[in-house]
Amino acid sequence: MAVPAIRLSDVALRYPNGVSALEDIDLEVAPGEFVALVGGSGSGKTSLLKTVNGLVRPATGQVAVFGEGVASTPPHVLRRRIGYVFQDIGLFPHLTVAENIAITPKLLGWDPARRAARAAELLELVALPADVGGRPPAALSGGQRQRVGVARALAAEPRLMLMDEPFGALDPVTRDALGGEYRALHERLGLTTLMVTHDMTEAVLLADRIVVLQSGRILGDGRPAALLDASAHPHVRDLLEAPRRQAERLRQRLGA
Amino acid sequence: MDPQLAAAFERLPEYLAWHVLLSVSALALGLAISLPLAVAAARRPRLRWPALASASLIQTIPSLALLALFYPLLLALAALSESLFGRGFSALGFLPSLLALTLYSVLPILRNGVAGITGVDPAIVEAADGVGMTPRQKLLQVELPLAAPVIMAGVRTAAVWTIGAATLATPVGQTSLGNYIFAGLQTENWVSVLFGCAASAVLALTADQLIGLVETGVRRRRRAFVVAGAVGLVAGAAVAMAPLVTRLEGGRSYVVGAKNFSEQYILAELMAVRLERAGAAVRRKEDLGSAVAYRALAAGEIDVYVDYSGTLWTAVLGRSDNPGRKAVLDQLTAELARRDGVRVLGSLGFENAYAFAMRPDRARALGVASLDDLARVAPRLTLGTDVEFLSRPEWKAVEAAYGLRFRNSRSFQPTFMYRALGSGDADVISAFSSDGRIAADRLVVLSDPRGAIPPYDAVILVSPKAAGDRRLVETLTPLVGSISVEAMRAANLLVDRDTAKMTPAQAAGTLERR
Ligand SMILES: Nc1ncnc2c1ncn2[C@@H]1O[C@H](COP(=O)(O)OP(=O)(O)OP(=O)(O)O)[C@@H](O)[C@H]1O
Ligand SMILES: [Mg+2]
Repeated sequence: MAVPAIRLSDVALRYPNGVSALEDIDLEVAPGEFVALVGGSGSGKTSLLKTVNGLVRPATGQVAVFGEGVASTPPHVLRRRIGYVFQDIGLFPHLTVAENIAITPKLLGWDPARRAARAAELLELVALPADVGGRPPAALSGGQRQRVGVARALAAEPRLMLMDEPFGALDPVTRDALGGEYRALHERLGLTTLMVTHDMTEAVLLADRIVVLQSGRILGDGRPAALLDASAHPHVRDLLEAPRRQAERLRQRLGA
Repeated sequence: MDPQLAAAFERLPEYLAWHVLLSVSALALGLAISLPLAVAAARRPRLRWPALASASLIQTIPSLALLALFYPLLLALAALSESLFGRGFSALGFLPSLLALTLYSVLPILRNGVAGITGVDPAIVEAADGVGMTPRQKLLQVELPLAAPVIMAGVRTAAVWTIGAATLATPVGQTSLGNYIFAGLQTENWVSVLFGCAASAVLALTADQLIGLVETGVRRRRRAFVVAGAVGLVAGAAVAMAPLVTRLEGGRSYVVGAKNFSEQYILAELMAVRLERAGAAVRRKEDLGSAVAYRALAAGEIDVYVDYSGTLWTAVLGRSDNPGRKAVLDQLTAELARRDGVRVLGSLGFENAYAFAMRPDRARALGVASLDDLARVAPRLTLGTDVEFLSRPEWKAVEAAYGLRFRNSRSFQPTFMYRALGSGDADVISAFSSDGRIAADRLVVLSDPRGAIPPYDAVILVSPKAAGDRRLVETLTPLVGSISVEAMRAANLLVDRDTAKMTPAQAAGTLERR
């Protein structure tokens, strides 16, 4: 079997203040897979994502990315290979949008012309007008900033994308379109994606596989259909049925 | 223009140049120390408190004391370096001033540096990690740029403090705009004092505004502001310091020293002008403390100054006996040459001895004419002295010889000491026999029947380095025996009096013309 893109074995994470954010995490993501990570607020989704690119260090257990141990790889080398979309975006306020997008290529030593071309290409990909590139992030709307965050993560052509609610602040139409486009990009570039989302519809529609977290533990893990199975945890089944229940109610109200 | 003002303007290029050089160096050094310290303290909370607390502690030391403390410290270090490497360095002037001012500039930069760096949004710091920056890249590309406005505000505060405190470098022998203030205070030349205050205030304000421009530019990300401010700062500093460069090219120059009172300024001017007329370049190092002056001469930091035989007798040779005027002078000449290689060129011809003086009406009412009489009534009287008299061996000798016990004693700057006598705040003062104010105020000088006060002939001292310098020796030797005590009193009064004051240079001119 091929080396997994992500492998967490027996991971536990505790923050300095004593909060235990992850317990007994065993998770493998195969290359090319699109996995959605869902769960309630505070269930440990962001913590799990940060564990993968070494922003937080687990108390116990092993983390490996494409077979390389995260603990034994220099953090900046590892992170330049992984695209990461932050939940709170974290654009650099003193750089322009284009400079923000091209930051990792710059760290990797790309020449300015290539960086500029890459920034322009990505602005188009996330459906932002080209003139946005020269503005400071403060001069963008929340949704526009979120798209810049996605573009920045993609800039250095990573093989692995870690995305923390990347489309949370978008209007439903843009969200739907951008989600679909991202899934197409994922296919075309052969990416591996681990995406946190609160939106079950989005998870079911985009992901090959859904991982459900609760209180820092994996409660369910499988293809969307499999999680509706009788063997799944009742809470997981409940979550997975939410889109269908909503669709049902929508049909009743809208009378289609 | 008013001659006092004209004299002040004439000295501005030199004073300003030193003041700017000193402030710029102290700030640069302060930045070099406090920025890395701020980064370290921002990273390690455990380091933060000790770093900030010690910087604050330094700030609580009075600036003048901080400057003064560096002198003995450096003197010890210089002696150590002399014995280890065979090379000492100057413990006076630039170095102690630089170090003290550097310490002073640390606190505002450190405090703002820590606040600026720890104040950067943690989400942005995490994003810097997330995009793959090394800790160094994160610091240079994200944390420092985002903290820059706050850090610049700290630099601005430090600049204003440093420029203000640099006026205090004068007493440790470093020329600065403080020379106007200290010299003016001694000679009651308020024009000079105000001029010094105004010059240092204008300098501080200018620096403040220019750094403010840079700060605004950094805050609003306006490159033009940053460039304009920086160019203004660099150009201004360069223009201000230019006189020093031309001076350096000028070859051997003499340094004429002076202690901090009118007579000393006048005599220093007298010697300086003579040397200049002989074609030499001359620098003046004024307002030296009494003990500092001799050591500076022995170390070759100044080439020539005037001191008084009794002072050297007690303070340098540690003697408390009084073998008479001529014997003191002869033994001094031999001893100073033997001990330090210092050359006593000769006596100028007058004495400036410590003299206990009283208002005539008061002396008559109490029936006091000698120190013996004074001892009887002293327990009812207040003694006014200059700031160092009570800690000098001369006082100990007089105190022991006559059993003097005063009701209380107060110390003043010399000028204010005479005022205190006039106003009744002091009954007796430790005056100086060559002081013009003794005659002008018709003060009674008490006699010293027991000969407790040693003679105080004004002597020209030449440093070991310049002792064999023929031009210097030949130019100054004619001054030996040329000034009577009356002439000196008259010259001192021209500078010290309240109206139609002269500058020390003008008063020196009247001595020359005699
Ligand atoms: N830096 C931190 N220090 C201490 N505790 C933390 C820290 N970050 C998160 N936690 C705690 O760890 C737990 C998991 O947090 P995490 O951010 O992973 O949740 P999440 O699933 O991403 O939540 P949300 O959907 O609200 O973003 C929570 O209880 C949270 O309070
Ligand atoms: Mg989260």
